[in-house]
Amino acid sequence: MKNIVVIGGGIAGVEVACMMAETGNRVTIIERDNKLGGKLNNWYCLFPDFKKSDEILNYIKNRISKFNIEVKLNSNVEKAERNGNTWLVHTENAICKADAVIIATGYQLFDATRKEELGYKIYDNVITQADMEQRFREGNFLTSYGKKPERIAIVHCVGSRDEKCHNMYCSKVCCVTGVKQAIEINKFLPDAQIFCFYMDLRMYDKFFEELYRTAQEQHNIQFIRGRVSEVSETPDQHLSIKTEDTLSGRPMKMKLDMVILLAGMETKKNTKEIADKFGVDREISGFLKSKDFHIGAGILTQKGVFAAGTCIAPMSIKETIENARSTAFQVNEYLKTL
Amino acid sequence: MDFGFAPIETRSIDIDIFDSRILKYVIKYEPSLLVCLSCGGCTATCSAGNLTDFNVRRMQLMLRRGETENLQTEINKCMLCGKCLLVCPRGVNLRNVVMLIKKALVIYKNQEK
Repeated sequence: MKNIVVIGGGIAGVEVACMMAETGNRVTIIERDNKLGGKLNNWYCLFPDFKKSDEILNYIKNRISKFNIEVKLNSNVEKAERNGNTWLVHTENAICKADAVIIATGYQLFDATRKEELGYKIYDNVITQADMEQRFREGNFLTSYGKKPERIAIVHCVGSRDEKCHNMYCSKVCCVTGVKQAIEINKFLPDAQIFCFYMDLRMYDKFFEELYRTAQEQHNIQFIRGRVSEVSETPDQHLSIKTEDTLSGRPMKMKLDMVILLAGMETKKNTKEIADKFGVDREISGFLKSKDFHIGAGILTQKGVFAAGTCIAPMSIKETIENARSTAFQVNEYLKTL
Repeated sequence: MDFGFAPIETRSIDIDIFDSRILKYVIKYEPSLLVCLSCGGCTATCSAGNLTDFNVRRMQLMLRRGETENLQTEINKCMLCGKCLLVCPRGVNLRNVVMLIKKALVIYKNQEK
């Protein structure tokens, strides 16, 4: 029986841990938070089918309960050392021996205050998609002035595809998150006008394009092709945005009650530290470097260290689960060689 | 004979008679122009564009399509404030593009295509 340490107890971490336990390994999860589930705990529902996040959380809870997996909550990796083919992973109060380590530390949301011109944390009615998910959970849609919003803008590509934030890559799931949230808002506030400001709409996966069409056809969401360059507040308690409607070739101004920024996915500071502790390489983007892009995304550049989920690249929940399963397969292949 | 209509110049962009001299000159000295993704951030924030019909994104598109006839009048509207390069997500130095178009127009003014 081999020992496996999984760092991170989000969707990827739990899925990969269960797969490893299911194939006969002794698994320990090190999670720095006080519960499993990661960012999904704060999410309301998922694209493209509006499945409640809680259903996925219940799935992982049920799944992990079937195995004898040791979960260390409120624990951080302090040090890692390799002794031959064995890794010693030090947490605050324990040392875990591992034949393979799987990093599943996830992502962090781009800090939207870095795009100062978009007014996040300057104007109360500028929020991120993560804040919006929290509001869906609470059923709170009022502006900071206690008003029901009549006009809402969803701004795509905040902190993604932006050299000014040193993030050249596309976070890829924000596009469809924006479309999903637009539809969801329309369900709660049928009278509100909703506008999505995009550079490109990347509806890359199954049902995404259909969701986009549904947004236009049944929810009257307006899609405007233009990058928002400034958000400001007007004296009459509205927000004003500046963009170009690039398809008609004219600058556009609009008064709004609420602006939702689709902040991109970034590598966690924590992931960088863990990568350094294990001596694994990272891409220029900050995400963990896979040994091969095509065959074995979960295999990292250090022997016995693997990765699963969004610490490799931006992914949807579905892709995260698939990726975690594929990584588990690769880890088992590796364990056979020991 | 009068048919009541006459052939007019086609509205389509004819890549075959593309005058790329100015474009080549600009790209040589400001290669960042190559990565423009036409998001319109520059036009949205443009000081001149909010007061006149100047559209800095369309101007660079005209250049890239070889439509150089109106470039002179277009670039004269630019105030060279540089806000476009502050917002550009791809780091295109549009202000320098405008300056280079000015230079290129002088260089190629009296030359045959």
